[in-house]
This record gives sequence, C-alpha cells and structure tokens, in this order.
Amino acid sequence: MKTLKPLHQIIHALLLTCACLGGVGMIFVQQPDESETKPPRQRSAIDLVIGDRIGAQPRLAVPDCIAVTRDDASQSAATSMAEVLWNDLDFEREFRMVPRDTYASIDPARSITNLALDAWRELGADGVVSCAVERIREDQIRVTARLFNVRSRGSTFGVEYTGALANTRIYAHQLSDEIHRNQRGLKGIARSKIAFISDRDSTSALGLVEYRPTKEVYFTDYDGFNLRRVTVARTLNNNPAWSPNGLAIAYTAWRPYMDVIVSHIFEGRLETPANGTADAQNWLPAWSPDSSQLAFTSNRDGQPEVYVINANGTGVRRLTNHPSIDTSPTWSPQGHQLAFVSDRSGAPQIYVVGVNGTGLRRITFESHCDRPTWSPAPYNEIAYSSRTGPGHDIKVVDLATNEIRQLTFGLGTNESPSYSPNGRHIAFSSTRGTGNKQIWIVGRDGRGLRRITATGNNEMPSWSP
Amino acid sequence: MRVNRWTGVTRLLSIVVGGTLVTACVRNPPPVEPDVPPPPLAPAIEESTARPTLPSAPPSPPAIVGDDDFKFRNLEELNRDSPLRAVFFDYDSTELNSAGLSTLDHNADVLRRYATWIITIEGHCDERGTPEYNLGLGERRAVVVREYLLTLGFDAVRIQTISYGKEFPFDPGHNEEAWANNRRAHFVITEH
Repeated sequence: MKTLKPLHQIIHALLLTCACLGGVGMIFVQQPDESETKPPRQRSAIDLVIGDRIGAQPRLAVPDCIAVTRDDASQSAATSMAEVLWNDLDFEREFRMVPRDTYASIDPARSITNLALDAWRELGADGVVSCAVERIREDQIRVTARLFNVRSRGSTFGVEYTGALANTRIYAHQLSDEIHRNQRGLKGIARSKIAFISDRDSTSALGLVEYRPTKEVYFTDYDGFNLRRVTVARTLNNNPAWSPNGLAIAYTAWRPYMDVIVSHIFEGRLETPANGTADAQNWLPAWSPDSSQLAFTSNRDGQPEVYVINANGTGVRRLTNHPSIDTSPTWSPQGHQLAFVSDRSGAPQIYVVGVNGTGLRRITFESHCDRPTWSPAPYNEIAYSSRTGPGHDIKVVDLATNEIRQLTFGLGTNESPSYSPNGRHIAFSSTRGTGNKQIWIVGRDGRGLRRITATGNNEMPSWSP
Repeated sequence: MRVNRWTGVTRLLSIVVGGTLVTACVRNPPPVEPDVPPPPLAPAIEESTARPTLPSAPPSPPAIVGDDDFKFRNLEELNRDSPLRAVFFDYDSTELNSAGLSTLDHNADVLRRYATWIITIEGHCDERGTPEYNLGLGERRAVVVREYLLTLGFDAVRIQTISYGKEFPFDPGHNEEAWANNRRAHFVITEH
C-alpha cells in the first residue's frame, strides 16, 4: 500500500473538546510503535466513544464495504474487506462482534457517511465500520473507512489506503490494527505472519537413504492466508525463527549436516553465521530481541551446549557447560536472560540463566518439558511443551508467581509454542483431529482456539514481529 | 576410491583375458548375509598393495571371492542392503546396552574388512519426545556410538555423526514396538 491518510476533518465536533483528540491524531498518522508494550487498556476516554457500558466490550458491526466502482473485482474486494476485518477484530476479543449474517434487514449505506445508524443501534451495535472500495486503475484500489459511534452519530476514526487490488486483505489487516490501537490502545497482530515447516511439497531428500521426506520453511498471514515458501533446497529444514526486526528467518537445515541458516527474505540472501562443519553442527537458532545476536545449540565441544553468536558470525561464546543435553534457547524480552532446556536432572526441564552465564535457575519440575518460548513484554512468562500423558500439552509458567497454567488438555500432542508479537496469543503444532500436525493458535488465557493450516503436516511455528 | 576402480579394471581385464578365470571372477556370489564370516583372504591387504601397472601386461588374477561383492555396489545399493546394522536404545537413553554392544562389535568387524569405507552415524529417536529436544538426544546417541568405535581404534575421520531427532522414523507405527525400532543409531556408508 502506498498511502495512509487519516481523515481528521470528519471527527465529530464533540470529540474536538476531548483531550484525547491529540492522541487519536497522533496515533494514526504514525506507524504503530513496535517497541511500545503497554498492557491493553481496560478503559479510557476513547472507550467511552464507542460503547458506553462501562466494563462491557463495545459491540461492533462490519457490513460489506460500498463498491464505488461496480465491477466484479471491486464488489469482491468490498465484501472481502469486511469479512477479513470482522475476523481480525474478533480475533483479539476486545470487541463483541455483531455477526454478519444478522445485517440483512439493514439498508446498505448509500455513502461512507450516510448509513442507517438508528437501525444499527437497534441491532445492538455500539459502533459500525463504514467503508468503501473504489477501483482507481486496472490493478489499484482506494479504500476509505470510518468508524461511527451509533449513539453520538459521529465518526471517531477514519483512514484511506491506496494500493494494489491484490492486497485487499492487507488493507483489512491494517485497518484492524489501527482500530485496535485507536480504540483499545492495543498492538494488533493482524499484519503479522507465521513461519513454520511443512511436508506439503515433500519429496525424498537428496541422499543415500531411500524415502527421507523433506520439510521446507513456509509462512502465511496470521490467519493462514497468503502462503509463501521460503526454502527450496529439498532437504530437511526445521525450527524457523523470525528475527524481531522482521527482516530474516533463521532455521536449522541439514545440508548435509545440521547448521543454522539465516535467510534474508527480502534480499534472497543466505548466511551461515555459526559456520557449521561436520564436527561443529548447529541447530535451533533463537534471535536476541534486538536481532543482533543468535543463541543456538551446537555440538562443537563434543555435546549439545547452548552458544551465543553475533548475527554477523563473530564473537561466539558458550553459555552452558554441563555434560548433559543443553538445548532449545529463548531470550527474555530485554535480552538479559535466556531460558533453555537441559536434562541434567535426568529429564528435560527448563532453566533460566543470565546472558553472561550466571544466575542459573531451574523453572520446571515436570516429566518432560521442552521448547521454552519467552513471552514479549508486558507479560513475563514462558510457554513450553510439557508431557502430560502419551503426548504433550502447551503450558505457561508465570515467572513472577511461578504459577503454571495449562492451555491444551490432551487432545493429540501439542508442541512448539510461539508467542504473537503482542503476547496475547500462542501458535503451536497439534495432532488433534486428523492426527496430522497442524498449526493452531490459542489465546494466552486458553480461549479462542483456531487452526490455520490444513495441507500436509505443519509444525514448529514462529510468529513474526 | 582409486583402489576400487583399479580392482574393477583388473576384473574387466580378467574377463577379456582369462578363460576359467572368468567364471572364477564373475560368478554370482551367494546372497550376502550379515552373519557370513569374513573370507579367508583379507581384502584390506590386497587393496593397500594394489597399484595400476600397464594395460598391456595382464595383471595377476585379483583375489575376489564370495561376499566381496559389497565392493562393487554403488552407495545406494550398498546402503539399501547394508552389512552395518542399526544399534537400538532404551527409552530416552543414550547408553549402549548389551545388544547394542554386540551389534557394534559386528559392525566394527565389517569396518575393519572394508577399510576404505567412510560412514555417517545417524541418531534417531521415537516420536514421543518433543522435536527440539530429540535433536539433542539423537546427537548424543550418534556420538556415543562413534566414541565406542573410536575406542576400538578406528580413525576419527572415517566416522561422522548427524542427528535427525524424530524426523525419519524407521517404523511408522505408534506403539512400543515401533518406538523401539525407531530409537536407533543408523549407519550410512558415504564413501567406499
């Protein structure tokens, strides 16, 4: 998308007296501040604009956009915008979304500002997203959108996007993120992506042993759409790790021995910063929060230990030193500590250690724990996979209270949790249902479970920033 | 490799030159079982002394008998019907048990006979562990096997290791029997 133009002038006169107006304007002319990690607001002056029942979720309706140009592509984009936006807004559970199949009795808006607000109010909506799609060139559309308060009858928020027709879903995702930021002070994740490995295009790996199915790295939007393939090497690959600056995906590849490959996905450039050899193999990369360093597991000193290296391949240093398996590193949100897995107690458990190697602390005391993933701030918790029976379940340990909460309960085996960039959701792989491994998402509170892949086996998700 | 190529050449020459020799050299060997004892003549000695001479002078007949057939297979065939057996492990264990040790002694005999072979020991796990931890577990299994072979005097450069975790189960089942089959160190011949 090329432009992103707020429509200040439409903001309701009442709001002009509101002290929050400056905040509103500031918020949506800026790109969302990725480093801002305040917890979502429960209530604010803005909340009072849409939804006046204190403590209750505002109820939002998202009818089809108006197709200003009447061709099929415009009409299809107009419907798609509304569907995708409704799902994006529903995902964070900040709003109670009025189901789209209840809108039939309400006359379609004649223009973006001329809609039947009383009818929407009768339907129980506190706010309505009014939007329009106009095809301005063969492959270009303009999307305009406003959020109306059905009681004050004012528009509290507006945007305009111009760009490729093919990017309709992205405009909906962007609009959702802006509504969440504007109305709820929340960093939405609708534009984020999830990398994972899949055998969907599996062939037999190159090598001397028959039938070794390959797994390649892919990513999709957070909702499972827009599949893109990253690796084409026809080897086994796993454990993709999206760099926190969004520019690279690191993963483990067998070419033919294990090494960490960093794929700069916007440049098509590959690096092997850990400099693997047959005698110094490297796997399970994990980025530091500032994307400047990688932690990984290596056997370079004879057995699996955790190492840290600068992303440019310099300054390798050993973090763990124990004659057991030390592996699966993950960084704390500030980069001062790492969690990792060690079986030094006899079974794999999660430990935390300072980035300088001091202050070792055991975190879990269960039968088998693996793949710790430290949450982003403001939460301070570690999600992990814990054996609970024949398979594993996803659990979360709160590092302040040591309380453990379980998010899955024995349906299939549930492994490899990865946090969304706002910390509110966890992607993981599960064999529930068909027995095939698929990527699922669940809220950090255990609610909102949904599946985002369906083809082949898909596992080891890594959520993009 | 050069030795093998030469042995191949001598064999070809034998076919061209020799009458009765031909049948001696190219008759089909009996099916090879891993349990067949080594032939009386140690091929390692022959290989280390074999040097190419002139094509005009017929070489002395190569001493090829019985199950030395392994030397003439390509790597794919060799690995499909390998004389090197997998070593199996107990659950979540990287220790060699008595069955594993006797398998390794068998494999050591094979590796002594075929002194040019370079192998990769693959560590594998059953499906019950998590995929991340299993990469480390498989790595440890491969290294334990390699270290045992090194104590028997093998050159370290002949034996490499790799872990595949639980990525390539040998047995696709989901029961104790399948799991036991999948907790293994698998031997792959990468050069011969």
